[in-house]
Order: sequence, then structure tokens, then C-alpha cells
Amino acid sequence: MAIEINQSYARRKHGIQRLAFGVFRALSYCVVLILFVILGFIIIKGIGVVNWDFLTQPPTDGMTKGGIMPAIVGTFWLMVGSAIFAFPVGVMSGIYMNEYAPQGKLVNFIRTMTNNLAGIPSIVFGLFGMACFVNYLDFGDSILAGSLTLGLLALPIVIRTTEEAFKDIPNSYREGSLALGATKAQTIWKVLLPMAMPRVITGLILSLGRVSGETAPILFTCAAYFLPRLPESIFDQCMALPYHLYVVATSGTDIEAQMPIAYGTAFVLIVIVLIMNLLANGVRKYFENKLKSK
Amino acid sequence: MKKLIDIAAKRIFTVSGFTTSVVILLIIAFLFTEAVGLFNQPVVEDGYVLALNKQNDVKTLSALQIKDLFDEEITNWEEVGGKDMPVKVFRLEDLDKIYTEEQLGDEYQYAGDKIVEQIQDNPGMIAFVPTTLVEGRTEINMIKDNTIPVKDVLFGTEWFPTATPSPIFGILPLLSGTIWVSFFAILIALPFGLAVSIYLAEVANSKVRKALKPIIELLNGIPSVVYGFFGLAVIVPLLQRTFNLPVGESGLAGSIVLAIMALPTIITVAEDAMRSCPRTMREASLALGATQWQTIYKVVIPFSISGITSGVVLGIGRAIGETMAVLMVTGNAAVIPTSILEPLRTIPATIAAELGEAPAGGAHYQSLFLLGVILFFITLIINSCVEIVSARNKLKR
Repeated sequence: MAIEINQSYARRKHGIQRLAFGVFRALSYCVVLILFVILGFIIIKGIGVVNWDFLTQPPTDGMTKGGIMPAIVGTFWLMVGSAIFAFPVGVMSGIYMNEYAPQGKLVNFIRTMTNNLAGIPSIVFGLFGMACFVNYLDFGDSILAGSLTLGLLALPIVIRTTEEAFKDIPNSYREGSLALGATKAQTIWKVLLPMAMPRVITGLILSLGRVSGETAPILFTCAAYFLPRLPESIFDQCMALPYHLYVVATSGTDIEAQMPIAYGTAFVLIVIVLIMNLLANGVRKYFENKLKSK
Repeated sequence: MKKLIDIAAKRIFTVSGFTTSVVILLIIAFLFTEAVGLFNQPVVEDGYVLALNKQNDVKTLSALQIKDLFDEEITNWEEVGGKDMPVKVFRLEDLDKIYTEEQLGDEYQYAGDKIVEQIQDNPGMIAFVPTTLVEGRTEINMIKDNTIPVKDVLFGTEWFPTATPSPIFGILPLLSGTIWVSFFAILIALPFGLAVSIYLAEVANSKVRKALKPIIELLNGIPSVVYGFFGLAVIVPLLQRTFNLPVGESGLAGSIVLAIMALPTIITVAEDAMRSCPRTMREASLALGATQWQTIYKVVIPFSISGITSGVVLGIGRAIGETMAVLMVTGNAAVIPTSILEPLRTIPATIAAELGEAPAGGAHYQSLFLLGVILFFITLIINSCVEIVSARNKLKR
């Protein structure tokens, strides 16, 4: 009798487990499905719009015809600009946290601040960029102001990856270099930085992927509604892909006629994000193999 | 020489080490200076004044009362604590209707006299006129011009930033809109997020895990404006058809989009937390005859509950701060929401939609910075809570 009860209990508990795991699996595949629906929708609707002219012509006829070339160029410059700012500062900050700062309270404080910066909504960066760069420093609506604002956004990602990359380097490398008479700066420059580079670059690429898609920080610092020429200096406004998508999808003279442009823009944006992701993975794999073969 | 470089390098590294802290301080400083200015702004539009007849004993009016007076929703002075007489609204444009150009003078030099004349003739009149025209006139009463009270902003239930003569900056509709949308977003995201994180951490084999991980990462990488566009093109029409709504742009559309966007955060953090559960605890539970599922919900989940909560809280933070996607799909009606199927408006969306039109330095501009400050502190509190919890967890181990 006792054995029978145990058997039915065992059967029941395994049944519940099967049910629970089935639900988890189903919901997980649901999430995968959501991603594919979003990507598929934009790729299918967008791929027919994108051709050479779309990529190389400025918009015409009140943004209902023509291409998105100025927006692509604008986004490219914003990515370059934010990288120029965020990369050196971020890497140096990460190095400071690992190699110089006394471990403990101070590093924890900096890490907390970095995490907080990462958690600030992008629109708040936009407000800050407008108040500080556009108005106070008087850069005006410009690529410079936009790049700096986006750079602040990318900073925590670069810092975090740099910190992690340096943390994983065994101490023996540092000691070896110092024992040979190298200074700390030389050790960092010649030994540690080359070793950490692959992961640092991966972090940079990922942060640039994020920068390329951000709209809120550039709304009031740089983005132009319609500017069918290329920017001439860093004090020029520019168009940008994400803002252009927002504009053609929500405002303008003829929303229906603008829809294909919107699909095309979304497609290009998605492709950039995909390329950045693949690139980051590629860089990581390439350097990992190289290190292994050494 | 070598030493000099070494010292210089140390200095530079130290300076850059504190960049993030300095940036946060700068953000606080810049946002605050603009936001605090709002409370020094007069209730009535700058450069204008509200003038009353001498017999009228009303001395002060709140922004809301002024708006109702000029919208002709208040029609008797009794309603705002005055005598029983009908309200007559007078705007500067009315001057041209009553008097000819000749009477006003070719440079409007007699306009001041005529306004005073009008007010003296009509005991129930309230006139909204430029200060310069009636300055120093003792024949009429001026409404005492208060600065915008903190209470009216923080607990105000109406948001009319461009109303004349007195804009109204009650943030409650925006705050409740933000909370409402985020709440439903988390409600939708929670079952998915928990299921996927448990599946990834405990159930799936390494092959499935390796395939799923990049997909979650990709979901995180898609720009918010693309989510918004997808919501606008697919989810909004879908909701409109299923629920038979007059407009598909609604809180629910925002919640669905936000739920998808918050998922990667919840999944990554919760999964990490569950993975950190020691192997020995699992094995002990399994050795006692518990099934894998029993081990998960009796041992692994209680052990990692603070990490899972962190993930959910971070997801909420992401939902609260999200701008573009919400701006595109929620319909942007600044009213206190009563149903999730109605259009509503969140704090970030308001900033994004209105900052472009607000002249720099004006009350409207400053009120948007105040919204920024509120948003900043909400996310700061959320992040600090998560930091404290994770720090305490590290100590426990």
C-alpha cells in the first residue's frame, strides 16, 4: 500500500515537472518567435525598398521619394564622434579602476556611479546635452554636441568591458613586466593593453551599435528634420537614421507615401545593428583563436 | 624621463577614472538649475498682468482658477471667493473690437487709458494685458502675482503647458501614465522573463543555450525607434481591430512594446542569479529525492530571489525611462488614465514631444527639465536599490 502511494506521488511529481518544463520551453520559443516576427516583418517589407539609389540619394519631394544618404552619413559621423570621445576616456577609466585605484570603497563607488550612469534614461542625456553642450557651451545643434551626448551614453559600456578585460589578466604578467624593470605605465601600454584589446574592442563595437540606434539624446542636440545635403563641419546639424525613421513614421505631409521610406530606413538600421553584433562576435572569436594558438 | 611619464600617466588615468562621477554631478547640476527656475516663474505669463475692477475684492487666483475663468468655466466671481457678479473676460485683442484705430492712437499710446476705462465700466471684468500698458495705474486692482507653487506642480492633475494666460504644470497625469504603462509592461513581461530565465539556467542543454543567448542579446540591441515603428505598424492596428477602439494608440500598445524591450534585461539578470546557486545545494536537494522542478522552485528560486528581483526592478527602470517607442505608440494624451486601452502619455515622451517647441529659459522649458529631474531620481533610486541588494548578496557569500 505504502509503495503504491509513493509510486502515484512519484508519477504526479514527474508529471508536474514535465508540465512546468513544457510551459517554460513554450514561452522561451515564444520570445524567439517575437524576435523573428519583428526582424522578419521589417526585412520583408524593407528589402524591396533598399537599392543603390535609396542608399546614395538624398530625400526628395517632401521625404516621400528619394533615398536616405544624408541620414546614413550623419549616423556614421555620430558613431565616429562618440567613439573618439568615449573610447579613450572609457578605457583609461577602466584601467584606473583596475590598476591604480585602491581596491575597496573607492572602486566600489566608481563602479556604482558607472552603473548609475548606465541606468539613466536616454532622454535625460538629451536634456543634459541640450542644457550643457548646446546652450551653456554654445555648440548649438551640432554633430559635436550630439557626439558628446552619445559618447556619455556609450561610456559605461566601454568602462565595464575594459574593467572586466583587465581583471582577467593574471597577475604574473604584471609582475613579470615590472621585474624586468618596466614602469607601471610601460607595463600597461606594452603588456596589459594588447592582451585586453580584443574584449575592449568588442565592448566598443557593442556600444557603437547602441549609439547608432539612439534617438532621444540627439533629438535636441543635433538631429535635423530635413537637410538634404551632407554636413560640412562638426558644428553642422545632420540627419540621423533613427530620427529619420521617427520622422517619416509619425509626421510629415503624406504618411502613406512615406511608409516605404520608413520600412527601408528601419531595414538599414536593423542591418547596422546586426553587422555590429556579428562584428563584435567575430573580433572576439578571432582574437581568442589567436591567443590560443600562441 | 621614464618616471615622469609614469607619473603623468597615473594622473591622466586618475582623472578619467572619475569621469562618470563628474558627469553624474554635472547632470544633476544642469538639470536642477533649469528645473528650480520653474518655481520662480510667475503664474501669469511673463510680461503680462491680470487687472480687476476696484470693487472686486478677489486678490489672488491660482493657475487653475485663471484657466477656468478664461475658458469661461467659472462664470461668477462667487466661485473663486468674490462677490456675486458675472465674470467678463477681456483680452488685448478685444480692444480693437471696441475702439477704432483712431481712438487707440497710431502707436497704441491711448490703449492703456482705454483698458482702464473698460475695467472701470465693468465691475466683473478680468483683463489679461501687457504690464507696460497699465503699470502704475491706481484706478484698477492688479492680481497679486505669485510664483508657481510647488504643490500645484507636484500634485496638480492637469498638464496644459501652453495655456494662456497661465500655463498649468500638474505632473500627476504624466507620472500616473508612466507608472500605469510600466506596470502593465512588467505584468506582461514577468511570466515570459521568468520562464525564459529558468529555462536557460536550469532546463535547456548547452546547445540550446548557445543558440538562445545571442537571440536575447539581439533583442536588446534593436533600437527603440525600431520597436516603436513595429508597434505603430503592427501592434496598434491589431489592438484597434481586436478591441474595437476608436484609436489603436493606447497604453496597452505601449505596455506590449515595453514588455518586449524589458525582457532581455530581466532574463539576463535573473539567469545569472540562478546560475550562481551553488551546485552542492542542488545536489543535496536531488539526493533527497526531489525532482528537478521541485529543486528549482524550493531551492534555486528562493536562493536567487534577490537577484531575480533585481532583474525585474531593472526591467521596470528600463520601461520607465524608455522614450521613443512609447512616444510613437501611446497616443500622447495628457490625462490621468482610467483604462489601459486609452491613449496616455509618459514623462519621457512628454519631454521628447514638447522640448522642441518650448522656448529656452521659459516656464515650459523649465517644467520639462523638472520632469527630467523626476525621471532621473526615479531611475537613480531603482539603480541604487539594485546595487545595495547585490552588494549585500556578495557579503553573504
